Amino acid sequence: MTENLNVFAVRTLTQKEYFAPGHRSCQGCAEALAVRLVAKALGRNVIIANATGCMEIVSSPFPYTSWKVPWFHVAFENTAAVASGIESALKVLMRKGRIPYKKIVTLAMGGDGGTADIGLQALSGALERGHNFIYICTDNEAYMNTGIQRSSSTPFGASTTTSPVGKVQMGQMTWKKNMPAIAAAHNIPYVATACPSYPIDLVQKVKKAANIEGPAYVHILSVCPTGWRSAPELSIKLGRLAVETGVFPLYEVERGQYRLSIDFPKLKPIKEYTKLQGRFRHLTDEMIEEIEKRIHKEYEQLRVKAGKGV
Amino acid sequence: MGKRIGMEVSIAAAEAVKQANVDVISAYPITPQTHIVEHLSELVANGELDAEFFCVESEHSALSVCLGAAATGARTFTCTSSQGLVLMSEITYIASGLRLPMLMIISNRTISAPLSIWNDHSDVMSIRDCGWIQFFVENGQEVYDHVFVSYRLAEDRNVLFPVIINMDGFILSHVIEPIELIEQEKINQFLPPYQPLYQLHPDHPVTMGAFALPSIFAEAKKAQEEALLSSIPKITETWKAFGDMTGRYYNPVEIYKAEDADTLLVTMGCFGETASVAVDKMREGGKSVGLVKIRLWRPFPFDDLKKATIDAKQLVVIDRAISVGACGPVAAEVKAALYGKDQRPSVYNFVAGISGRDVTSSDFIKMVDKAEREMEEGNKEGYEIYGVRG
Repeated sequence: MTENLNVFAVRTLTQKEYFAPGHRSCQGCAEALAVRLVAKALGRNVIIANATGCMEIVSSPFPYTSWKVPWFHVAFENTAAVASGIESALKVLMRKGRIPYKKIVTLAMGGDGGTADIGLQALSGALERGHNFIYICTDNEAYMNTGIQRSSSTPFGASTTTSPVGKVQMGQMTWKKNMPAIAAAHNIPYVATACPSYPIDLVQKVKKAANIEGPAYVHILSVCPTGWRSAPELSIKLGRLAVETGVFPLYEVERGQYRLSIDFPKLKPIKEYTKLQGRFRHLTDEMIEEIEKRIHKEYEQLRVKAGKGV
Repeated sequence: MGKRIGMEVSIAAAEAVKQANVDVISAYPITPQTHIVEHLSELVANGELDAEFFCVESEHSALSVCLGAAATGARTFTCTSSQGLVLMSEITYIASGLRLPMLMIISNRTISAPLSIWNDHSDVMSIRDCGWIQFFVENGQEVYDHVFVSYRLAEDRNVLFPVIINMDGFILSHVIEPIELIEQEKINQFLPPYQPLYQLHPDHPVTMGAFALPSIFAEAKKAQEEALLSSIPKITETWKAFGDMTGRYYNPVEIYKAEDADTLLVTMGCFGETASVAVDKMREGGKSVGLVKIRLWRPFPFDDLKKATIDAKQLVVIDRAISVGACGPVAAEVKAALYGKDQRPSVYNFVAGISGRDVTSSDFIKMVDKAEREMEEGNKEGYEIYGVRG
């Protein structure tokens, strides 16, 4: 159903850009596309706190900026805390009548390293405190900005500059940290996964997150041709394949209720996804089988949570 | 005259923060912490202070919250010390680089290892170069007064820097002192609500915290350095306005019986009060001794310090921190202030009272005696850790 909507509903998106063109992201950067869609979804009444990372670097080389909305960068690991400060300030300044009352969304944004690794503590604190804000993790599955170093969000088997393929090691030897599950474990009102290959689904989820009172977490898979060693023109296709193979299922957790945004009773073979990426080039058939087994198991567990499993 | 009542200095600090009508308060809840946040949380819980108060999961986040709130246009406050300050140190540099006004009170305590919770200045010395305006105070009244001075100064559009008030942990933060409270109407006049020059708001979008390439970074840092240095006249102006309101006047460098003295003790923080007792005793014994107290630590008042000390024969500088591998950080600054003068006093440096070890008035007398003896023996410049076994 989501796929059908994609064909027609794209025209319902605003033509206004809040994340301006001319930024310095790589060709085929799906993260920049994700951020552009997030900005469209939220409109002008937003304040963004951005962690250090790709999106910060490509969008704010002084004296230039790509941001048509208020935007704030402080550091790498503290974006959720910075957003807590913004949200609290808005609340108290409106209460005291120092700024007029209106709905302003506080958005915190970080990459997978800034979220799942170094920013996890600040994020957990902000989710637990219940600030009314959205946290968006744009996950390109490694520290891409600094030269493709592994993070805890890098998938098993992927080759990075700090999880290289050698004689005794075949790339990343740990499994991807499940950030949406960690966010959901905080019992916050809304958690979702999204991918810019499904733009309408992404926009709807971000809008939903903005309208929910309390913390919302949206985890967006962002294909990175530079780091994944894939062709820039394949970014949208790779995003779709990530979803269709079960590598990155699209789902929501609304007040504890799981719902699959798009369900595949039969998943595509994972090889269709891995073969297009240089970071997986070294994988043996046995390794691919091992990955597939785990992906399928996790997908089934998710289906059960969403009330669709056996 | 306002009411003069006995209260714990931390409570007085919290009362001042309340009177400053702060908007957002964020702090880590436990040690290294003081009663400041406990009392502030009570004031908020009782509705006596309309502010967003929350305890965060680390000092790093505490200061990060303040940055977010200050950038949005709120008057913000945090406090910490010791390990907590070291943990948040990364963000202290960013706060000043972004020119965000805010106040932090540090109840100075030592840094591990060995683990120790007691008083000295090693915590703030670890962020000496973070670009905040930094005061050292001597007593509870000065802590209370400087809350208002600090906010007015920080938010002045010709200043726009975060401010640190350093008060000695336990020795000052946990003692009960008589405090003269200022009437709220006077505070409101002295410190009107914060009017930010720029703030994060959709009606006038700004980008804050852009990154700088090498072609512009040095210019940005020069602008920051010049702004901090040129804040000194604003600082003295603010003290003057505060003095006109309360009768309590402050200076970057305070002197006590110093004008005609051959030997000058140089102290920072609450050492000053004890040292003044020692000076009185030594004066009674016929010694030509005086006292110079550094109140403004950053920007460092080189000219005032030079003026206050240049005519003496010897300075006995007492540090409450060690720059391991060098000497006391205050002594290093004092020497720099005097460098290049044909006629200048010699400088003898003691590190004393680290990790809360008591330093009494008789210790100051002993230090002066030792320094004078060393000078007679031809050792004009010296450095030692005072009163240590082994």
